Amino acid sequence: MNWVWFHRFGSPPYFYRFAGRWAPWFLGIACVLLVVGLYGGLVMAPVDYFQSDAYRIIYVHVPSAYLSLMTYTYMALAAAVGLIWRIKICHAIASACAPAGAGFTVVSLATGMIWGQPTWGTWWAWDPRIVSQLFVLFFFLGYISLRGAIEDRDRADRASAVLAIVGVINVPIVHYSVEWWNSLHQGPSLMRADGPTMPMSMAWPLLVMIGAYTFYFLAIMLMRARAEVLRRERGGAWLREELARAGAVS
Amino acid sequence: MKDFFDMSGYAAYVWSAYGIAIGGLVLNVWMARRQLRHAREEARRRIAMQEHS
Repeated sequence: MNWVWFHRFGSPPYFYRFAGRWAPWFLGIACVLLVVGLYGGLVMAPVDYFQSDAYRIIYVHVPSAYLSLMTYTYMALAAAVGLIWRIKICHAIASACAPAGAGFTVVSLATGMIWGQPTWGTWWAWDPRIVSQLFVLFFFLGYISLRGAIEDRDRADRASAVLAIVGVINVPIVHYSVEWWNSLHQGPSLMRADGPTMPMSMAWPLLVMIGAYTFYFLAIMLMRARAEVLRRERGGAWLREELARAGAVS
Repeated sequence: MKDFFDMSGYAAYVWSAYGIAIGGLVLNVWMARRQLRHAREEARRRIAMQEHS
């Protein structure tokens, strides 16, 4: 198999231009999907028999929670590849994942609390799912502050990569917490081995929203990775060229 | 239309959850753009300094 095409992404100029070209498209796709998903979730999806309209929180809660775990997994994966094969661009990508991931995690916890009050009668419970998700937030914040605390970039890359990899143990714990322990939180109704238990009329806006969040994540990650590439670059000819062009545009 | 905004009495919960979610998305785009702009200015300064020295 020919892996040469893949190696180009390790080159900062190639990555910088690639990311610059695709980020606006991903953000645009995310916006279109978001509008469709919101309309589907708020207007077209039928009212739930048990939870009435309160269940509609699912269309923002589940995509944020799902992307929070996916972002953590991508971050740990990029950090591991960067650590093992010493590819700098992978560390840039890993660090670009963290702020978006922390954002998704905060939103998933906040919308979960808002959903918990009318359905469980409480804002917060020391429940396995909620506590393990809180730990995802701590790992994201720990990763960000560890990087901020170490002056030397290579050492920051290595130390934060180890932290990211250790924390990935938490991802399956969050996912299976509702099955392993007696949890207040409901089990999965979409990502199940035996197929979704949600009717299609309710499930499609959720799938569209997950798609919107995924493209949104890609856009944010590429934008932040570009900034990280700029910070690491010690003034190559390509950088002068890019900055001159960016100056002419903006 | 009023029914839509009422959300069968769950308006406060549903709309605040959507508000937080959309607010979070907008905030993250804004912060990422700001970071990219700062990194660009910083790189420009660095290059200007290299050329002067």
